[in-house]
This record gives sequence, structure tokens and C-alpha cells, in this order.
Amino acid sequence: MFGWEFPPFNSGGLGTACQGLTRGLANKGVGVTFVLPRRVPLDVDYLKVIYGDDSVVKTEYVINSILMPYHNSKNYMESKENLGSSQEDIYADDLIEEVLRYGSVGGEIALREEFDVIHAHDWLSFPSGINAKKASGKPLVVHVHATEFDRTGGEGINQVVYDIEREGMTNADLVIAVSNYTKKIIVEKYGIVAEKVRVVHNSIDFENYTLERASKLSEANKVVLFLGRLTLQKGPDYFVEAARRVLEHYPDVIFIVAGSGDMEKQIINKVADMGISDRILFAGFLRGDDVKRAYQMADLYVMPSVSEPFGITPLESIINNTPVLISKQAGVSEVLNHCLKVDFWDVDEMSNKIVAFLRYPELYQCLNESGRREIEGWSWDQPAGKCLDIYNEVLGEKKLGW
Amino acid sequence: MVSVCFYFQVHQPYRLRKYGIFDIGNRRDYFSESGDNNLNNEKILRKVADKCYIPATKVLLEIIKENPGFRVSFSFSGIVLEQLESYAPEALDLFKQLVATGNVEILDETYYHSISFLYDKEEFKRQVEMHRKKIQEVFGVTPRVFRNTELIYNNELADFIDKMGYDGILAEGADHILGWKSPHYVYSPLNSSIGLLLKSYKLSDDIAFRFSNQGWQSWPLKAETYAHWLSSINGSGEVINLFMDYETFGEHQWSDTGIFEFMKALPGEFLKNPDNNFMTPSEVIKAYPKRGELDIHNFISWADIERDLSAWMGNTMQHSALKQIYELGKEITLTNDKKLIEDWRRLQTSDHFYYMCTKWFNDGDVHKYFNPYESPYDAFISYMNALQDLKLRVEEIVRVDDREKDLDNVVKEVRVK
Repeated sequence: MFGWEFPPFNSGGLGTACQGLTRGLANKGVGVTFVLPRRVPLDVDYLKVIYGDDSVVKTEYVINSILMPYHNSKNYMESKENLGSSQEDIYADDLIEEVLRYGSVGGEIALREEFDVIHAHDWLSFPSGINAKKASGKPLVVHVHATEFDRTGGEGINQVVYDIEREGMTNADLVIAVSNYTKKIIVEKYGIVAEKVRVVHNSIDFENYTLERASKLSEANKVVLFLGRLTLQKGPDYFVEAARRVLEHYPDVIFIVAGSGDMEKQIINKVADMGISDRILFAGFLRGDDVKRAYQMADLYVMPSVSEPFGITPLESIINNTPVLISKQAGVSEVLNHCLKVDFWDVDEMSNKIVAFLRYPELYQCLNESGRREIEGWSWDQPAGKCLDIYNEVLGEKKLGW
Repeated sequence: MVSVCFYFQVHQPYRLRKYGIFDIGNRRDYFSESGDNNLNNEKILRKVADKCYIPATKVLLEIIKENPGFRVSFSFSGIVLEQLESYAPEALDLFKQLVATGNVEILDETYYHSISFLYDKEEFKRQVEMHRKKIQEVFGVTPRVFRNTELIYNNELADFIDKMGYDGILAEGADHILGWKSPHYVYSPLNSSIGLLLKSYKLSDDIAFRFSNQGWQSWPLKAETYAHWLSSINGSGEVINLFMDYETFGEHQWSDTGIFEFMKALPGEFLKNPDNNFMTPSEVIKAYPKRGELDIHNFISWADIERDLSAWMGNTMQHSALKQIYELGKEITLTNDKKLIEDWRRLQTSDHFYYMCTKWFNDGDVHKYFNPYESPYDAFISYMNALQDLKLRVEEIVRVDDREKDLDNVVKEVRVK
């Protein structure tokens, strides 16, 4: 399995999903060798982890014919911007070069390791997956957690990234999409036949969460939380717009914006211009226990994503006893019923629901109770089981013994 | 001898428009949703009239022409009659023709299809009286038998209805109430002599729910087969109460399922056995002795598998909304403001609370099918917002009244001086 990040060294849902999925597969007795591009001090016992930079790769292998035509400095910069600031911390240098370097070791690792199926997560690891397939002749499954269309909001698609994504999906034996929403993009924008795409919704290990309720920021003030990258994709601008409307009618609310990204300055300035800087607090990028604390501090978590392939954070929030308001466009909306839903662009309705939620305590009670009940049986064993079926499908006669 | 007693419920609520928090104090047309959506009351009533009320009533008129012994009973909520008058008068004319045949009995219920009996008995009584008056006006008949909203029933209600002078009352033939007893006899409520008719839910649901289910072993159900099932009750029962929503015909079971042909053929098939006949609830109560007294302390209803109140009173949102709407009762009736009182009553219709039910939401079953809102939470939000506006209206009137009283006092004082 080729990944890009792994908790606690992750910047978003991709790492969380890889962790959950590999643990789920391990529970089903599947041995997973997980490849990461660079060495990080991970402590996992259910996985064999190997690192791309440990491989001794001769320079001639680095040259990849597929990617060469797009190899120019302008694209490097664009893609760096698309990635957001947090991931740059981990992979500081030129991203495309990093992806290509990682891709080139895929084949070498494939020849060295023993395995039956190759599973690659998102475009960053697709070149590795393709090379591994070429070297070993083993079937390739690519897992799409997000596309270039989600990351950019459909504007300013990076051609290099798009081509890598499409190349991966085309070379794959089967493609996994994290929602029907994403499947639709894969079929319509990447020209992949629908029969080749399987939907496997993400999940969450409900059992693994222990609850110690953190103290509220303030008993007097209600708290509404945004948590995610401050990029076009996540819709932070809609959040502050809704906040402004809410504050007009309900001045005692505090809005917390947690996350960083290329829209950070813009959003901070916007809030200052609106004159509500005292009501909207910026918490920066949070990780680990701080994320948990943020959920618990909040009365309501809002995820107004413009384009969200899945969105695990609402599930994390519900587990932390904080109900959620999500955009109907989010993939998680396909599997989560007990939450409030709006169209991300409908700021009026978003503010209407936020005020109603704060005003009628019955909503908190019912959403919290029913929301928790809805996901209490969920675990990563379910998506892992579906992945196993997909492995068996690509293996055909050569089914796995698990 | 076995008698089949049909009772069809005809009801459509005034669905509340999407009413946002910022509408409070700004708009009072709570039930005025327009355009192509499921909260548009006129659109829905027209659709149901075309798919069900008109074709189904024509079928019943034909049946009566061919089988003069055919009998059927109806209960119309007051608010469906209002909507028929406004949006589908030709459907109402057909209902009037049907009642004029003399083969049809009309039952009483609450005008607003409310669960007021559980919260405000005076209000309940007023709504029943309003309903009786409306039925007299529209159909020229006076109901003798009562059926409560969603067949909600217990001893206390039966006693109340007895004292209001009715001859009988309908209820669900719930298994947990009947135990080994059969719903196919007439009973009487605890310490009462009125007739208690219990829905034969298995046979009723064969038509209402299972008719078009292709996975059901008896699908496709033929009138002949069903008539045979009814006939076979001979010897082990006296009356078969087939109670269901009238919308079963053409709306829940679409025309292409063959439901109309089934209904058309059924009376002829059933009457082939000379021991069989059709009766209305009043005829049943007169014809058959009461075979026992039923002690039903806890409320039962015909909803869901639980057959209890949980469809309307199962979660905090529902309890809170119900409590708040009924708390307004005293003050609102004192205002004497007709429009305000009417809006308050329209907000009591049980459907509003049914839409807030979270019980089966994940299963996407009947609750979702019958919910015009996207979720129970959306239903609750619109309802509570409208309720806040209603409260504002009450406050405004009370304030004006107080000011007038103050003014009167000042005038009096001046005069005295």
C-alpha cells in the first residue's frame, strides 16, 4: 500500500483514512506493507512500514517518461500552493519532484517485497503504484480520497496533477472512490467507465474514542466551530459570512476558525473589515488532543465545504458530543442522517440553522443522541471488508485466503 | 354470518412552509408555500385528488350501483374538507354524491386532526364539536361514531366519547392489547356500554401496505383470494374491520398496481357467499352483541409496529413543540382573534409532530416517505420558528388590550373628577 502521510504526521483526512483502513485490514488478517515517501518516527505494530528514502535508487530510474513533458518550474509552484502550508512542513521541497522521486522507488520496492495487490492512495502515490504494477505485474487498485477538482474548487486545475491522477485511474484495475459524489467526478471529469469505480465510504472507529469532556470556552457564550484547511475547497468564506448574519441577531456567539491555508490572510482581513474580530477567533492549525478539545469546546461544528469527497471530521465531532451542520455536497452526507444539512452557498439557510440550533436546546439533545446512535456501530472494519472484496475481484481466480 | 366494515380516513394537513428564524415577526402566512415542492398544500391536494379521491370515489359509486348491499364509512378531517372546497371542489362533489346514496356513514373526529385529547380536553371537545358542525354543513348528516386522530385510544378517551353521546368508537386491534382475543367481534370499553370496533390489522394491511409488494408470497393479490380469506372468518368471528387511509387507493398503491380493479371486483366476490355482507360501524354496533369489555389503560394507535404514541411523542423535539403549542391555549382563546386561533389550531395537526420523528430516520421507511421536509430537524426548526411568531402575535394583542384597559381607566378617572 502506497500512502503519503500517516498520523500523527498528517495534515488531513488522507492520513486518518490510511490509518483506519490499514488497522481494519489488519483486523481481518490482511498483511499490509505500508510505504511512505520519507522516514518519520512512526510507532505502529500492526503494519510493516517502509520508507521511500531508504531505498537506494540509481539516478536513471528517476526519469519517468509519463511525467517529463510537464516538468517545468511554473507547475511546481502552483502545486505547492495547492497543497496548503501544513503539508509543506513535512515535504518542504519541490512537490512534483518529491512525487516523482517517490514514484521511481515504487518499482524497486515492488520487486523486493512480497504481496498480492497494490493499493495506492491519491495522486501523490499513483506514480509509485503504476511503477510497482509495471515491475511486478500485480493488480493495482487506486483509492481516490480527493481530486484536483475538489482541491481547487474547479478553478485553476493543475494539468500535471490532473494527468497523474488520470494516469493512475487508467492504469488501475479498479478505482475506489470515497463517495458517490467522488465517483461522479471520476466518471465525468476523468473519463473512467463507471463499472470500474467502486464506492467505499470512509468510517470511524467509534470504540477507540474515550471521552473526557473538556471545559467549555465560556458558559455564557455559545461556540460555533470551523475546523479545516483555509482553502477554497473547505468554504471558510461561507462560514464567516454566515457568522456575520448570525451575530446580527444573536450577538453572544463565539466563532472559532481552526486551520491554516492559502486563504488565511484573506479571511482574517474579511473578518476585520466586517468589524467582528472580537467574535471570530483564529486558532491556527490544530493537531492531536487540541483537535479533540476544539470539538468539545464547541456547541456546533460547521463543515461548509464547497467540494468534499467524504469528510471524516463531522464523525469525529459527533463522537466528541458536538452535533454538526454539513454541506449537502459533502460525501459524508450520503451516509450521515442525524445532522443539519445546507447547500454550502446558501448562507441565509446556514445562519438560519445555526441560530435555530443555538436557540432551541432540543436540537442539541436530539442531534447528539441520534447522531451518536447512528454511528456507534461504525468502524474501519466495514470499509476494510469492502476493500478486501475489491482485492479479491482484481485477483480473479487467485483469491486471497483471508 | 360475517360482516365487513370498511372505514377510510381522508386527511391532508396544512403543511407548514419553510419558515426561517429571520421570518419571525416578518411573515404570518405559515401555510403558503408555493411552487414545485412538497410543502405546497394546493399542489399536493390537487395531486392526491387526481390520483385518489376522484378515481377511487368513482369506483365506489360504481360498486354501489352494482351491489346495493355495499357499505362503507369515512372520516374526513375538517381541514381536508376546507382544502377540497378550495382546491378540488369536483372531488368534494363526488364525496357528497357518495354520501347521498345512503350506503355511507360519516364518522366524527377532531376538526384539526390533532392530538389535543392528550393535552387539552376542553380544546379537544371544541374541535370535535367544530367537526360535527362541518360534517352537518357539508354532508347534511350527524355522525354517531367517533374515531380519534391516528386511532389513538384508551379507556379515558372512550369514557369521554361515551359522555359526549356517541354510540361507538374505533381503535387499533393491537396484538399487545388483545392477546388471545380476536379483533373480529364487537367489544365495549371499560365501564361503558358503547361499541368498540377494532381494526383487523393483518387483513387491513394486506391491502394498505402489502398489496404491491412483489416480495410478498401472496403477490399479486386477487380479489377472489382476498374474498376467500374474509369469508374464512365465518365461524370464528362476526365482523372484519378494514380500516385504512383512503389514499391507499391510487396514492400509496398506484393505479398501475391494479388496486382499483381489485377493489371493484372485491364486493362481488365477497357477496358470492350468502353468509357475508357489508355494514357501516353503526350497523355493526346495532347488529352484534358486545362480546367483552376491554381494559386499555395506556394509549394505543395505529402507527408503526409499536402501535403507541412514539411516532408523535418519541423525542425531545416533539415533546417540547407539543408542550409549547398547548401552553398557548388559554391566552390565545382569550384573544378572540379568529385568524390567530385558526393558525394556532392548524399548528396542532398531528402531522407536524410526525415529521419530527427520528425513530426510523436511518431506515428510510414510511416516515421518510411521508415527510415533506428533508429531515426531522428541518421540520422542527420551521415549526418552532412559526411558533415563536405566533407567540409574538399573542403578546401584541395582550399588550394592546392592556393599553386599552389603561386608557379606559384614565377616562373613567377623568370623568369622576
